[in-house]
Amino acid sequence: MVMGVISTKALHKVYSETRIPVRALNGISLSIEEAEFTAIVGPSGSGKTTLLNMLGGLDAPSSGEVHINGTNITSLPSRRLIDFRLHNIGFVFQSFNLIPVLTARENVEFILQLQGVSKNERQKRAIELLEAVGLPDKIDNRPGDLSGGQQQRVSVARALASKPRFILADEPTANLDSKSTAELLDIMMKMNEQYKTTFIFSTHDQRVMDRARRIITIEDGKVARDETR
Amino acid sequence: MIWSVAWRNIWRNKLRSLVVILAVTLGLFGTLFMIALSNGMVEQKIDASISNEISHIQIHTPEFMQDQSLAFSMDSTRAMEDEISSIPGVKAVTSRIKAMAMASSAATGAGIMVNAIDPEKEKAVTKIYKSIIEGDYFESSGKSAPILISKKLATKLKAKIGSRIVITIQHTSGELAYGLFRVSGIYKTANTVYDEPNIFVKKADLIALTGFDPSKSSEIAILLNNVEQTDPVTKSLRAKYAALSVLPWKELEPILLALGSMIDQMSYFLLIVILVAMAFGIINTMMMAVLERTRELGMLMAVGMNKRKVFLMIMLETIFLALVGTFVGIIISAVTIHFSGLYGLNFAAWAEGYESWGFSALVYPKLYLYFYVEMTVLVIITAIISSIYPARKALRFNPAAAIREDA
Repeated sequence: MVMGVISTKALHKVYSETRIPVRALNGISLSIEEAEFTAIVGPSGSGKTTLLNMLGGLDAPSSGEVHINGTNITSLPSRRLIDFRLHNIGFVFQSFNLIPVLTARENVEFILQLQGVSKNERQKRAIELLEAVGLPDKIDNRPGDLSGGQQQRVSVARALASKPRFILADEPTANLDSKSTAELLDIMMKMNEQYKTTFIFSTHDQRVMDRARRIITIEDGKVARDETR
Repeated sequence: MIWSVAWRNIWRNKLRSLVVILAVTLGLFGTLFMIALSNGMVEQKIDASISNEISHIQIHTPEFMQDQSLAFSMDSTRAMEDEISSIPGVKAVTSRIKAMAMASSAATGAGIMVNAIDPEKEKAVTKIYKSIIEGDYFESSGKSAPILISKKLATKLKAKIGSRIVITIQHTSGELAYGLFRVSGIYKTANTVYDEPNIFVKKADLIALTGFDPSKSSEIAILLNNVEQTDPVTKSLRAKYAALSVLPWKELEPILLALGSMIDQMSYFLLIVILVAMAFGIINTMMMAVLERTRELGMLMAVGMNKRKVFLMIMLETIFLALVGTFVGIIISAVTIHFSGLYGLNFAAWAEGYESWGFSALVYPKLYLYFYVEMTVLVIITAIISSIYPARKALRFNPAAAIREDA
């Protein structure tokens, strides 16, 4: 198999906490290349969120491997995995998950501060990114003063702040209206082209699927279809 | 930025934070004020005992401490007084003749301790002259010898200014001697236990009554420039007068020292109780703060905030919360203690009870600076300890699950 930016090998995940063990992933092997704009789709309970968690190193597989830029992240100890996430992966969450006490700029800067970037550089980069996502006039607003669409754009800027190789977005448009969804997708496609950042979405949203260049369909924990357009 | 986030986080739920801050403030104020009050009472008691009763150091014959009789007296006390006066740190010296006796008025009688003094020298050592509430301090002259008695004894003997009192005392020959005295002054200190038996007469009058050798004395009382000089001066006097009993105030009234230690112990016990209560309040609040931010903490861990930083952030929030309460509590305490220390708190309604234990009913609360510093350090330590449980709880979150928690 040709190894891409991200590749998985025979990923299995069984949740044994319940009386009847739940098999969430059932041997997923796939490879995602640099600068792809990929949607992972499938019905509820098909395993797409579990797969996204595995790709982001947020959850460990029962068996199998996840390789990112040649690093087998499933074998990394907890501390190194956290550090790996900080420097290599950007996250966009369904509920935005911004820090409410920080302004838009500070939310973006926060990741850079965790990376140890100097104050001047992180301020400059945060402002650049907020301008890039179309929020130059909302830099000093707190999340509570922003609309859902604007908050999600801040979270995209935050995900891009650490210059990750890829961004994982879990149902990023689920809480947005059509206009905000379209704007967000435009921004993400622009970032994908401009920075060559790989975007991987888990989604139910047809509007996202329509814009994705690759759609991986998961059913019963397996890859049912893998289409590139 | 973690410091800034931690600071801003404590104001996310203002009401909840203010409740904890208020609890810390009130706990601290209550503790500090109680300690200042106890401290003030004890220090006043020690000061009053030293300045009215025992002075800093006393010298007697060893036998006198067992049997306070005229027979156990010291020779050449005038020369001793001059010698002691020249010791560095000594402010004033006086000698007294002391003996047990019986005082009788027209109404009744009572056992007493006669203090025969040199009024002018005594003024330099004790402040009994400032405690005169009726009559005067050996200033008026009359046919009969003047005597100062306490208000308590005056009430008991049904005596007033001008009343005649007969003192029955053992003459140096062994016979009983009777002397007629006239009440020239009535005094009252804050210690009714001391007041009741102690009466004051002029040395010359007692010498005339008892035939006591004028060159001798039962007691030499020494006042120092400050209480810290007690130990070195005692050491020097013990070296100089090895045959005599040289006793500092701590040994003359060991209860004073014990009282201080007891108050210290009680203060620390009270402090521990308050700090433990404070800790539970803080833990409860921080647990709520952590649990309602599960999703946010999950996000922080997901994006790469390591456990050390998550722990630090929660610990800082806890410390900030406690420090705000401490700051307000210390300011309120310091202002209250300062002003009540200047003007005093009058517990007149309980004066009789206070005075029967030797305490003044007018209390001047007092707290030293080091105690405020100690208190602040203890609150910070309590906050750090209190933060461990909520912070560990946060570290146990699984980021993948925490992100999907309902807000």
